Amino acid sequence: MELNNQPQPEVYSDKILDKTEGEGIDFVKQQHQIQIEDPDSWQNEEANHNFILASADALINWSRASSVWPVNAGLACCAFEMISTASSRFDISRFGMEIFRPSPRQADLLIVNGTLTWKMAPQLKRIYEQMAEPKYVIAMGSCAISGGLFRNSYAVVPGVNKIIPVDVYIPGCPPRPEALLYGIQMLHKKIKKQKNFEKRKSA
Amino acid sequence: MALKTETFLVNAGPQHPSTHGVFRMRFILDGEVIQDVEPVFGYLHRGIEKLAEGLTYSQDMVFTDRLDYLASMTNNQAYAVAVEKLAGIQVPERAEYLRVIMAELMRISSHLMGVGFLTNDIGAFLTPLLYMYREREKILDLFDMVCGQRLTYNYMRIGGVSQDIPEEFLPALKKFIDTLPRFIQEYEQLLATNEILLVRTKNVGILTKEAAINYSTAGPVLRASGVKWDIRKAEPYSVYSRFNFEIPTGSKGDVYDRYRIKIEEMKQSIGIIKQAMEQLPQGEIQAKIPKVLRPPKGEAYGRIEGPKGELGFYLVSDGATNPYRLHIRPPSLLNLTPLRELVIGVKIADAMAIFGSIDICMGEVDR
Amino acid sequence: MTVELQAAEIAAKLEAALPGCTIESSGNTIVIKDEFVLKAATFLKNTAGLDFNYLNFLTATDYQTYFEVIYDLVSLEHNHKLVLKVKLNNREKPELASVTGVWKGADFQEREIFDLFGINFTGHPNLKRIFLWEGFQGYPLRKDFKQ
Repeated sequence: MELNNQPQPEVYSDKILDKTEGEGIDFVKQQHQIQIEDPDSWQNEEANHNFILASADALINWSRASSVWPVNAGLACCAFEMISTASSRFDISRFGMEIFRPSPRQADLLIVNGTLTWKMAPQLKRIYEQMAEPKYVIAMGSCAISGGLFRNSYAVVPGVNKIIPVDVYIPGCPPRPEALLYGIQMLHKKIKKQKNFEKRKSA
Repeated sequence: MALKTETFLVNAGPQHPSTHGVFRMRFILDGEVIQDVEPVFGYLHRGIEKLAEGLTYSQDMVFTDRLDYLASMTNNQAYAVAVEKLAGIQVPERAEYLRVIMAELMRISSHLMGVGFLTNDIGAFLTPLLYMYREREKILDLFDMVCGQRLTYNYMRIGGVSQDIPEEFLPALKKFIDTLPRFIQEYEQLLATNEILLVRTKNVGILTKEAAINYSTAGPVLRASGVKWDIRKAEPYSVYSRFNFEIPTGSKGDVYDRYRIKIEEMKQSIGIIKQAMEQLPQGEIQAKIPKVLRPPKGEAYGRIEGPKGELGFYLVSDGATNPYRLHIRPPSLLNLTPLRELVIGVKIADAMAIFGSIDICMGEVDR
Repeated sequence: MTVELQAAEIAAKLEAALPGCTIESSGNTIVIKDEFVLKAATFLKNTAGLDFNYLNFLTATDYQTYFEVIYDLVSLEHNHKLVLKVKLNNREKPELASVTGVWKGADFQEREIFDLFGINFTGHPNLKRIFLWEGFQGYPLRKDFKQ
């Protein structure tokens, strides 16, 4: 038995990989110049009046809200305030959220923290699309809300809501861990008002 | 029967639990052994050098916080030193001592993070990191007392610092500094004789002395390879010439040496803070400069020793209120230059340990 | 304490070894002609007594009629430094020889200058965009860049 020790041919050309990536980025930049609507119609809806469905809804929503698992997609400085929130002082584990999944397929929540550039935008869109329903997005920090300090730059997306729909906005530069916990409680309020047995509008 | 093998491409993509920020590496692997690696940057390129030409010198201080976001105080100090060299401003003594205290506290905090994330990459998932976080929270409480912020301070100004310290700061600092050596001893007990750590870090990723100098590395990476070069001793800025401290140097240049140097530097920083607290004079905290600063025509390069290496700002002025050109010498980008040479031929698990030991921060690499 | 060398004496030594290469020298800065970059770099690195083995940083500035590339050199043994500058007058297709053969730390910095200014470095092993993506139009740090 001999191993094939000859030099391998050039299978992966980095120039072709770079070129396809560049075309993808230009495509995203062209398509996503206007803001996506915030999914906040839940604030005006009424509560469920059907007795059986209401209690089933309450049970499902309570179990979903008590164990929201985030994806760790930290981009820049605000990521360190998120890691501080997950550490032992501002414990996020008391809300059931200490498991940060590296894979988006096993997660419910995408916390976008840090500046989003056009080069990173297709990757963020891909992470969002890989998550399974029901999924939520929190935009943390002023760079994620509107571009922040770097809004006039040639390479920065002016706000994450141009690429993916956002549920909760948390302002600050960076927001304190207590502010992030308050934003997460607002998200729990939203989850508890969901109706699970009606036809849902696709995202 | 002949067995045929093929190489394949693995993408350690921008979103990955083990990369320190948005950094992408394209590996070409043959089994578990790396044949070639290509690092791809730019996922956090915000164009700071271009944006800085649109704001005045004092307003540009806010951009410097966001460069290396784990060590904002030293970034502020580097920019202030560069502008003061360009415009010829003299900083009062009390402000210099306060700057030194803040910079050394920042160095301790950044090294705690560096060691914590290195052990995270090796496989001790979160336990040493959460212990180091305990100390870091105490340091962030001290900074909160002084300037109200936990991460991006914007504390230093051109010509001094922005606010004086409150009365409860010095007693709290003394209490913290007195108890810190015991905690560092606790971390050494936890990690220094641990067999897994020793096997995974000794003789891994050796960077020779000539290579380290040729690749323009700086900071702990250069000192671990045996070169005794520290800007605080080579070109003393601020009041560092008045303190007694040593520069720890490694001998072999492997991952274990880079980890040991960070622990030793923390001990030296404690000594500097004690001396600065004793010598702290009374006085003003900011020099008198005009409201809108117009430095004379010319150029200047000011540099300091940051926790990750030499951080420098190159400024060109044409007499206007905005800088004509601002260039940042990024220590993390230059420390990453030997990555390709270090990583070819080792297994992919070792590559993560080598990358973690170089200790980068993506805000500085991409600017 | 780092000593900033007087450019005039170093310029005299350079002129003796490579005649015709210096244009002017003042303070701690020497300006040389762009054809001589590689030879001057090798001379400054290998001469005993100068020993500039550490390239501190490498960057460029746009002065509207010409580009200027700046090399900041340090010697770790003798603790002295020097600044070397090159002026490029061709704004359509600026070109310069790459010094990655002399100091390997110039690798990423030359790619950054190519990305943001458009200066082509001949002899670089892997010259392509580093911070912006393939297909980006224009060079952002030039003074006439419109987005």
